[in-house]
Amino acid sequence: MGRVEIMKTYKIYIGGAFPRTESGRYYTPMNGEKALGNICLSSRKDVRNAVVAARVTHNKWAGKSAANRSQILYRIAEMLEGRKNQFIAELILQGSTKSQAAKEVIASVDRLIYYAGWCDKFSQVFSSVNPVASAHFNFTAPEPMGVVSIICKEESGLLGIVSAIAPVLAGGNTCVLLASEQRPLCAITFAEVLNSSDVPGGTVNILTGKRSELIEHMASHMDVNGFLYCGTDNEEINTVQQLAVENLKRVTISPLEDLLNEDHNTPYYIDDFVEMKTTWHPIEKIGATGSGY
Amino acid sequence: MGKSPTLEFDSKWNLSPAPESTGHINLKEQYDLFIGGKWVKPASKKYFDTINPATEKVLAKVAEANEKDVNRAVLAARKAYNEVWSKLSAGERGKYIYRIARLIQERAREFSVIESMDGGKVIRESRDVDVPLAAAHFFYYAGWADKLKYAFPNRNPQPLGVAGQIIPWNFPLLMAAWKIAPALATGNTVVIKSAETTPLTLYKLAEVIESAGLPPGVVNIVSGAGETGAAIVNHPDVNKIAFTGSTGVGKIIQRAVVGTNKKTTLELGGKAANIVFEDAPLDQAVEGIINGIYFNQGHVCCAGSRLFIQESVKDTVLRKLRDRMESLIVGDPMDKNTDIGAINSKEQLGIIKKYIEVGKKEGATMYQNSCDLPKKGYWCRPTLFTNVSQSSRIVQEEIFGPVLAVQTFRTIDEVIAKANNSPYGLSAGVWTDKGSKIFNLTSQMKAGIVWANSYNKFDPTSPFGGYKESGFGREGGLHGLKPYLNL
Repeated sequence: MGRVEIMKTYKIYIGGAFPRTESGRYYTPMNGEKALGNICLSSRKDVRNAVVAARVTHNKWAGKSAANRSQILYRIAEMLEGRKNQFIAELILQGSTKSQAAKEVIASVDRLIYYAGWCDKFSQVFSSVNPVASAHFNFTAPEPMGVVSIICKEESGLLGIVSAIAPVLAGGNTCVLLASEQRPLCAITFAEVLNSSDVPGGTVNILTGKRSELIEHMASHMDVNGFLYCGTDNEEINTVQQLAVENLKRVTISPLEDLLNEDHNTPYYIDDFVEMKTTWHPIEKIGATGSGY
Repeated sequence: MGKSPTLEFDSKWNLSPAPESTGHINLKEQYDLFIGGKWVKPASKKYFDTINPATEKVLAKVAEANEKDVNRAVLAARKAYNEVWSKLSAGERGKYIYRIARLIQERAREFSVIESMDGGKVIRESRDVDVPLAAAHFFYYAGWADKLKYAFPNRNPQPLGVAGQIIPWNFPLLMAAWKIAPALATGNTVVIKSAETTPLTLYKLAEVIESAGLPPGVVNIVSGAGETGAAIVNHPDVNKIAFTGSTGVGKIIQRAVVGTNKKTTLELGGKAANIVFEDAPLDQAVEGIINGIYFNQGHVCCAGSRLFIQESVKDTVLRKLRDRMESLIVGDPMDKNTDIGAINSKEQLGIIKKYIEVGKKEGATMYQNSCDLPKKGYWCRPTLFTNVSQSSRIVQEEIFGPVLAVQTFRTIDEVIAKANNSPYGLSAGVWTDKGSKIFNLTSQMKAGIVWANSYNKFDPTSPFGGYKESGFGREGGLHGLKPYLNL
């Protein structure tokens, strides 16, 4: 008799903890005939809990120094590198070939490293000191947008998640993401990576479940500032754009095609989820007429 | 020999009237639409009156563009884009924009007088703010036309095509400049609609565009109300919508473009916090509060309409503020000494009055300056309310008039929480002499523009635009190019 294997329970990730969905429901995604596992079928209430966690954590994540955020993103990459084999195995389980899976994991690590480097640099690229005509010092610099909801790419279990969240995190945002419906395994395993990478609990919140049930709640939530939709389904895109109007969420539609392509390494993805703030202050003109105020 | 004059210090010294002359301006009785470089009669066959809100007299009749007219304008803009504007070298494009800037400067006085007549704003502001800034905007963006690649590293920026632009009535010429200048510099052509109550300076701008020799159809100017705007927003051959106006209309526009590839820039409402700490230079702060809320009759999206005073200096600041309010001159916008002109329209006056009633009903204490108001025209005294709470409607909702709601605070954390507790996030003001406190506050404000120890300053190089429900996209500066480009 062989040893009885211990099977993994996949739960969701909210506020740095791994609860089961409050709904108590599950679904069983398949790879052909093979069941991948019993996965949480998250509910509206889970979305709301996740947004609360993301909002509460926002000051903590945005308040870290850019250099520190950079090191934490680098740390995520380190942890992912160390667990490469587990991710490769999961990707294969979900239908990838061995070489596809290996490529996807390596690209995910490298993408994290790429954006780790941007954390303390993008604001220098996108900022300006503005030479106003009056006696004022005036500058414009990016600030985090806030809480971002993400619908992850359906076709990719790991690189789709990493490509979506790395620029959002680099920009100083917290997020709530819905994993690929049919390939959810890596999302939860990636949550374990995040959880051991000094990412404050609540910075990234990961839900699994059905898009058709959750997309409206994610797009209409009034305490979400930005929305990243990775995919090409026009009906879903319209739903997101319509519902986002209620509090003027900034919506980015990103097909994220050909994920391995290095075109997805760009600071302009960070620029999609920042707000530009312009600050003025008078300059005293000693000896000149008129008040600096 | 008369009696030698005696100096009286206990009575008010009134200033003699100093009205700006209107004799030199050139206004037609009727304005047609400016489409494809020609003045064309509206297919609607309808005209509406534009009046002087200070006298209620009709200034001119203005064409009302309907869907057919808008369609003609978009066709002209598309044709100009395809055949001329997109083929012109960027440097030449810039030179046309420079010409517009120069011609506005040359005709500055006429522009400012008409702006004040049509909108009710005081001549001092239209002469010193609106018109020079409008010219400066064209001048600034003209130079960007052939330098776009330097603004977006590692990108090859391309124009979008036809930009549909809808502007508000509070700064008609200036908003037109904010919209048209970056659109042209980035290589787009334009269909722009003026606001219903203030169409005149846009048609004067059309004259400038004519004399600048801009190729026909590059800028098309129409007038009308909401339906005209809707026709622009819904036109299938428009690639970009830039709108400045209320958050309510902004949301309607954003819903309307869902499912299209139109890009949008929305510059919407605000309810800005202006925060005064006990260590602030109080006299300057009072000037900043006055300028923050009473500039342009409070018809300003970034007006500092929520004042937060630290409790220890509340009595001093309120005393100085009331004294300063009492010295404000309300009346003839054409008089160079007037501080507060006419409310832009009867409708807007009704809205402001409604909010003043709401404030009183909610139990707030009102203070107004005691000046006389002219008999004709639409007027509102500078007003402030104390004893308001965070939940008061006059604290939550944008009034767009000279009405200030005053609250107090004790700690920094308290005022940050209160200031950010609004669906809006356009601007904020902070008054303190402590540098580290300034940077703490300016970085914590969820607002696109933060004025520290100043308020309501504008410049073409300085990006402007909001967080949250105050809209998205930036206008002005390098960042103002991006909404008009594919990167």
